[in-house]
Amino acid sequence: MKKKYLVIIYSIAIFVFVVLYLSLNKNNVYTTQENIGKKISVIQLDYFDKPGEFNIQEISNFNFTLLNFWASWCGPCRKEHKYLVELSSNSNLKIIGVNFKDDKKNAMEFLKEMGNPFFILTKDPEGKKSVNFGIYGIPETILINKDLKILKKYVGPLSTKDVREIQRIVKK
Amino acid sequence: MRILSFIIIQLFIITISYGNESKTYEILKNLRCLVCQGQTISDSNSDFALTIKEVVTEKVNEGLSRKEIYYFLSDKYGDWILFNTPLKKNSYFLWFMPYILFILGGAILYIVIKKRTEKIK
Repeated sequence: MKKKYLVIIYSIAIFVFVVLYLSLNKNNVYTTQENIGKKISVIQLDYFDKPGEFNIQEISNFNFTLLNFWASWCGPCRKEHKYLVELSSNSNLKIIGVNFKDDKKNAMEFLKEMGNPFFILTKDPEGKKSVNFGIYGIPETILINKDLKILKKYVGPLSTKDVREIQRIVKK
Repeated sequence: MRILSFIIIQLFIITISYGNESKTYEILKNLRCLVCQGQTISDSNSDFALTIKEVVTEKVNEGLSRKEIYYFLSDKYGDWILFNTPLKKNSYFLWFMPYILFILGGAILYIVIKKRTEKIK
C-alpha cells in the first residue's frame, strides 16, 4: 500500500517538475507570430500627402508587399530605414509605409534626410487602424503575398538577417 | 407633456451610455496590456493601452457584442490578449486539469477511507 502512495507522489512530483521545466524554457517575449498564414485585414488607409484612401485590397496587384509601420520619433525606425531603402530596389517587392501617430512635417523631414523607400505612403495618425494588423509597437513590418496572406511578421527593427530572408522569399 | 417626454428621453440616453460604459470597462478589465508587466488594458496608461481603449469604446458604441470584440482582438493579437482563456483544442488541458485532479483526489480519498474503515471493522 505504501508503495502505491510513493508511486503516486513521485508521479505528481515528476509531472510538476516537467511542467515547470518546460515553462522555464519557453520564450515569454510576446510576438504576434500567430498571424503568419492568416489573410491581412482589408481596410482603407489615408494617403500621407494627398486626399483619398488606399485600399489594402490593391496589394493583390503586386507580387510581394512589405507593409512597414514607422514614425519619425521612433529611434529603431531610423536604424532600420537603410534596410528598407535597400529592399526598395527589388522589382518583385513593393513597400507600403504606414506613418504611425506622427507629425506630418517631422515625417517629411525624416524621409528627406533618410530617403523614401515607399512605393505608397499612408498614415494612421491615431494608431487605431493599425490595430487591424495586430500592431502593438513600432517599427513593425509585415511581408504579404499576392493572395493577401501574411508570410512573415517582424516586430522591432529589421536586421541584415531579416533583409536576407525577405530577399530569399521574394526571389522565389 | 413635453417636459415629461424630455425627461424620459434623457433617462433613456443616460441608461444606454451608462450601460455602454460599464460594458466597455468590463471588456477592458479582461484584456492584457501586451507591453506592460501583467497589467490589464483598463489599468494601464501605455500608448498601446490607450489605443485599445479607444478602439473598444468605438466598437461598443457601434453595437458590437462582447464576444465579437474579444474575437476581433484575439484574431489580431492572439488569445494572449485575453485574461480569460477561451476553451479551444489547445486549452482543453488547462481547463479540465483542475476537474481531473479533483475527481482523482476524491477517488484516492474514497479508497483510503474505505480501506481504513474496513480495517477498523
